[in-house]
Amino acid sequence: MSKDTSAVATSNTTAATPSKPSKVGGAATWADDRLGLAAMGKKNLRKIFPDHWSFMLGEIALWSFVVLLLTGIFLTFWFRPSMSEIVYEGSYDQLRGIQMSEAMASALDISFDVRGGLLMRQMHHWAAMLFVASMMIHLLRVWFTGAYRKPRELNWVIGSLLLLLGTLEGFTGYSLPDDLLSGTGVRAADGFIKSIPIVGSYISFFLFGGEFPGEMIIPRLFTIHVLLIPGLLLGLIAAHMLLLVYHKHTQWPGPGRTETNVVGFPMLPVYAAKAGGFFFIVFGVTAALGALLSINAVWKYGPYDPSKVTAGSQPDWYMGWPDGALRIMPGWESHFWGSTWSWNVFLPIIVLPGLLFTVLLLLPFIDSWITGDKREHHLLQRPRNAPTRTGIMVALMTLYAMFWIAGGNDIIAITFHLSINQITYILRAAVFIAPVIAFFVTRRICISLQRHDNEMMLHGYESGVIMRSPEGAYTEKHLPLPESKVYAWTHRDDSAEQLQSGEVHTGRFAKMRNKLRELYYADDVDKPTIEELEAAHHHDEAEHAEQAELVGKASDGHQFDGHHDVSDEPLRGDH
Amino acid sequence: MRFLNRSAASLSRHRRGRLAGLVLLLVGLIISGGLYATFSPASSATQSKTDAELVEEGRQLFLTGCSFCHGQNAEGITTVNGQFVGPSLVGVGAAAVDFQMGTGRMPLTIPGQQAPSKPGAYTDEEIEAIGAYVASLAPGPAVPDEEYLTIENLSDEEQQEAISRGGQIFLTNCTACHNFSGKGGAMPRGGYAPNILNTDPKHIYEAMLTGPQSMDTFSNGNLSPEEKRDVIAYVGSMRDMPGYGGFSMGALGPVSEGMFAWLVGLGSLVGFAIWIAAHTTRTKKKKGQEA
Repeated sequence: MSKDTSAVATSNTTAATPSKPSKVGGAATWADDRLGLAAMGKKNLRKIFPDHWSFMLGEIALWSFVVLLLTGIFLTFWFRPSMSEIVYEGSYDQLRGIQMSEAMASALDISFDVRGGLLMRQMHHWAAMLFVASMMIHLLRVWFTGAYRKPRELNWVIGSLLLLLGTLEGFTGYSLPDDLLSGTGVRAADGFIKSIPIVGSYISFFLFGGEFPGEMIIPRLFTIHVLLIPGLLLGLIAAHMLLLVYHKHTQWPGPGRTETNVVGFPMLPVYAAKAGGFFFIVFGVTAALGALLSINAVWKYGPYDPSKVTAGSQPDWYMGWPDGALRIMPGWESHFWGSTWSWNVFLPIIVLPGLLFTVLLLLPFIDSWITGDKREHHLLQRPRNAPTRTGIMVALMTLYAMFWIAGGNDIIAITFHLSINQITYILRAAVFIAPVIAFFVTRRICISLQRHDNEMMLHGYESGVIMRSPEGAYTEKHLPLPESKVYAWTHRDDSAEQLQSGEVHTGRFAKMRNKLRELYYADDVDKPTIEELEAAHHHDEAEHAEQAELVGKASDGHQFDGHHDVSDEPLRGDH
Repeated sequence: MRFLNRSAASLSRHRRGRLAGLVLLLVGLIISGGLYATFSPASSATQSKTDAELVEEGRQLFLTGCSFCHGQNAEGITTVNGQFVGPSLVGVGAAAVDFQMGTGRMPLTIPGQQAPSKPGAYTDEEIEAIGAYVASLAPGPAVPDEEYLTIENLSDEEQQEAISRGGQIFLTNCTACHNFSGKGGAMPRGGYAPNILNTDPKHIYEAMLTGPQSMDTFSNGNLSPEEKRDVIAYVGSMRDMPGYGGFSMGALGPVSEGMFAWLVGLGSLVGFAIWIAAHTTRTKKKKGQEA
């Protein structure tokens, strides 16, 4: 495309004269002379990001982390991380005169005697729940769209570490108030550590500074919660976002969008406004939750005492799935040479999460090992166009869901009047069976959707306009899809190409790898070929010709069938 | 006659008045209610009876309504494989009868893991009679005195102390099954510890004293009557406590909190994300704004 340069500009006919720099400009020049940020800023402030709602899920995590920092700082002003016993003399009647740790007393003070304290506590807790939740749906988006592929595998690893650290951060925070629920949680954690064969009790003594509970654990968890993990989180978030800028954001395929460009809007002013606005929305939603919904009512739990426990003792939702695994595990235990090996605790709560986290971390590498795809990818895939991959994640989600349900088995039992034993037995089987079913069902749904896409591309979409021929036969008019949509949909590899794209495997696992690769792409429906497209058009022509006679004689409303210019048609009548 | 006519006329004048219908309804209700109260059979039981009469009345009621499962002499009936159709009631005392029948758990509608609480089938007087009969079989815990059911006769300071003492007892002995807020929890094989927030103080006391179904028995040696009273006071204070943090989402702990975090919190944020992405920068100027 050449630019038409013959036209003469009609504006800017007079020469520009520099106006006197404004005060702001002067200050900016002063700063730039010393910091040299203008060159970098000029480039990065115009950085282009593509537009799609699913690209903003990670942003929820980022902004809820900011809310966590803000509310967390407020809480540290009043929270006293100490396990020394004092008598509570605050405003909450039911616990006045009761002995409790300073941590618990200060948590009650924040709730009842510090202005705005309860709101801050609840916002902090809600933001923590949202932080981990939004990281998880962000992870799902990245997996389902194939955004983890080269060159972004390491950012996937960083993201997974963020999820792990976020979970640990949540758990340490949950443990700090030293109420009955959090104390039970710490007691459980002590048990988990002790279940590690041989070294468990040593690690426990090392962590608690002696036998549980001791006087060290709250101050130690406090340091971990406000210093160590937030520091790591900040560093990893920075790395995550630097890599995002370096790799550039992925985008959906479409006209003008290629592997080598990014089509979207610049950071300034569009995304600065959108993202900045989104921060206030996240803050607002968190504030609304904190103001309206009671979370972790420590006053009802009362101070922790190892002799007490309450029904409905659950961890926060992100620790719910290992808790569920623990709840449905059969009570296996072995004794070797005078030492007890508690498989019933060790396997579900130490081995399983470790194993599944490792799988999560390695998913991109396993994926590329199987597919042999070593190309760079900046265009996203629709989940249906990778049926096996989509199926794998849905299977993992189902596994997670089964463990999750198990984690709330008692609440489910009383809410739905079920037997907790039956729930447990069913889930013991379901954690193995349900993911397999989910995998195959999802895979088949994806393949069916691929087929449906092909159908629409070949024969057009169903317009909903029913045509009646003079003979009295009824046909539904199919209309061609917009070209941009067809372009976006067809911008993908055929499975045959994908099977050939990687190097031919040799070596020890070559046979297995080739077999896996075949299975990975098996039953994949390829996009229509040009021949197929032409054949389909030819087939449709007769029908079109028949229908064409009827076009224009439409009764009311048919002017909206897509064949007519409706720019002057009012969508609604005058009122 | 003339007077009657006149009053009928004055009534008639008001019969289309705005409140006429309401007044008529009230009059009708009072008359029919009064007639019912006068002639209904229940009112005959209000007269005081001797203990022996009460026991005999209770025995008759027992034979009619209870003996099918509990035996003609409340000795209990077992099936051939040793399971109870109904356990022996000898020695359970009037407190157990009052609890089981007062909360509607007995008579049982269908056998099951646990007898659910439901609207009662017997009047208080009938329950008292059956209780007297069961108590006459062997010594057992009696229905508690009123003074152990309320802390209203204590001074403010003593009430305060009673509630926090009751809270500590509650958190030690009750929360494991009934949940920290008294909302109840799951027990093995479909059993459950019920929500006790709206249970009558007398029934809470009797439950502690007699240990119905899976519940432990808290004898007076274990928890003194005053301590039981304090627990009841704490449960009452939990019920009357304002929701300091806002809507409690069932006060079931982290499970419902997590559900709300996902559905309400994350749901609305994703909704906002979709909304923001749908409102992109305008690429075309509006009509009539072209420069």
